[in-house]
Amino acid sequence: MTDDDVRTHVLPHQHMLGGPVRALHELTRVYGYIHTEHLPIVADVFNISVAEVRGIVSFYEDFKTHPPARTTIRVCQAEACQAVGSRELTHELEAAYHTKLGIRGNDVELEAVYCLGLCASGPAVQVNDQLIARASVAKLQATS
Amino acid sequence: MTTVYVPLDSVAVALDANAVAEQLSQAGATVIRNGSHGLAWLEPLIEVQHNDERIAYGPMTPETATGLIADGVLKHPLIDHPLCQGTIANHDFLQSQHRLVFDRIGQDSPLQIPDLADVHKALAMPPDALIQMIETSGLRGRGGAGFPAHIKWRTVRDTEAPRKYLVCNADEGDSGTFADRLLLEGDPFRLIEGMVIAGHATGSNHGVVYLRSEYPVAENIFKQALDIARENNLIGQNVLGSDFDFDLELFVGAGAYICGEETSLLESLEGRRGQIRIKPPVPAVSGLLSMPTLVHNVISFAAVPAIVRLGGETYRDLGVAPSTGTMSFQLAGNIKRGGLIEVPFGITLREMVEGYGQGTLSGRPFKTVQIGGPLGAYLSQQDLDARLTYESMTELGAGIGHGGLVVFDDTVDLAVQARYAFEFCELESCGKCTPCRIGSVRGKETMDQIISGRASSQEFNMINDLCEVMDRTSLCQMGGMTPIPVRSAMERFPEDFVQGTSA
Repeated sequence: MTDDDVRTHVLPHQHMLGGPVRALHELTRVYGYIHTEHLPIVADVFNISVAEVRGIVSFYEDFKTHPPARTTIRVCQAEACQAVGSRELTHELEAAYHTKLGIRGNDVELEAVYCLGLCASGPAVQVNDQLIARASVAKLQATS
Repeated sequence: MTTVYVPLDSVAVALDANAVAEQLSQAGATVIRNGSHGLAWLEPLIEVQHNDERIAYGPMTPETATGLIADGVLKHPLIDHPLCQGTIANHDFLQSQHRLVFDRIGQDSPLQIPDLADVHKALAMPPDALIQMIETSGLRGRGGAGFPAHIKWRTVRDTEAPRKYLVCNADEGDSGTFADRLLLEGDPFRLIEGMVIAGHATGSNHGVVYLRSEYPVAENIFKQALDIARENNLIGQNVLGSDFDFDLELFVGAGAYICGEETSLLESLEGRRGQIRIKPPVPAVSGLLSMPTLVHNVISFAAVPAIVRLGGETYRDLGVAPSTGTMSFQLAGNIKRGGLIEVPFGITLREMVEGYGQGTLSGRPFKTVQIGGPLGAYLSQQDLDARLTYESMTELGAGIGHGGLVVFDDTVDLAVQARYAFEFCELESCGKCTPCRIGSVRGKETMDQIISGRASSQEFNMINDLCEVMDRTSLCQMGGMTPIPVRSAMERFPEDFVQGTSA
């Protein structure tokens, strides 16, 4: 990925509403995460400071500055899922995958998410792109 | 060939609807992916067409689908099958509803262009008459604040500016709410129709839908719906042959609850950190790119076609004035029958929880229902006969918010929930004002003391002080309303907040 490649992905958003956020979404899609060395290119295209781009990246949950794990399991931590055992499910998943919520890992990463909109069918979990309702450890291990 | 409807809705998909659809089509059925009827506990709920009848079965799994196919479900109705739900429209959960926003949902593919009579009718009306109709209807914002819609509409219309915008807030981040998602996935044209009408009425030619990124299915459907709307001239130049031009685009957020706050959403739409703006000026005067902007929730816009169809008076006569019309409630959490319930305002909480919901999923005693998302009040058994109107909820120190009801059984510890309210505020605070940014952290720490049983009256006083400061001095409702779940929990469930003896 040369600087020109990166620029090619950023430029189409230059004159769009919310351009920097759209561009960062695109860079995440193409490169898996936001590479620090890409920030000056985004800054240049939108004529804003690198600090401002960094500020946008740090503000939004979707913009990661590290490579994603092979499997990211997002576990809903919000009220509707709490009411049907998401706290217990989180502990069980931590034990099953020998990790902790929010700890980075290469293999499996457990991440907190606040509402996937499956509130009448919780606990809700997302394994990479796949949504799982009425989730349990057994169900997750059967699918992944 | 037999036609079978299998929902493409997120809930159905998260419960293996795609695998069920695949099995059915391999068995020779013509599969149509429809929206969800909103009976979440029956998902995936499939419907098999026999002549003029659609017989529903659910909840399906790939295993039960294999069984149904083997039993000949594609050849003849299996009325006696334990999963058979009969004709879904006759289900008691749906029959007693009064659906105006969700009237079409589940009937067909969400990408089937609907009858656009409401839009034709509205485009033939003078803008002032439309705004008058909205005023008569008494429509109030369905996103949470409940602000009278016509005031915003008239302000946008009357403010002189080179451009005006409509912004649809589809950043549905409240836990326990999913009405926006259901509509965007199941009937996206309903929203587009509402926005076109509102654009004509307010003199706005540009619309943006701000969708949260946690809703990938909705994003996919809505993008396709926009293309189809454009092909059918529902958006674009000279909408449906009128002299009104309207373009509409989709913007996907990036994971920030605070962007559901309208000024934070506008900052985000302009490509910056989603930090809130100080009001005034209100967005209706100076919003997106400093232009007059009508910001509404999905359901507010989506209520407009029905108002145009029925007239302001008929809409107003539903509900309990000044809470008029229908509200799309969402029943969630520990509940036997969760889902979408669109009814006129005025139904009691008990009818919701015990009638539609039929009690807790766990079968244990009901303890509390949180109404209106993470910033909403925890209500108790004693409150269940209260009516769901803006006014009677205010009397209880609660708010309807976006209509989410999250039910908990007796295993919940309200001190832990109060701690969570502070924690959520800490996580999602935009950081602009101190009461929210720091108060949330101090509140969480103090709640930890209370939960550990080491708290003295000092900690309780601290919580009260923090709540008062956050309530009175936060710049927006994030910090301003965090005290609501905390205080309501402490007032109604004092037994969960015990003062220690060791301090």
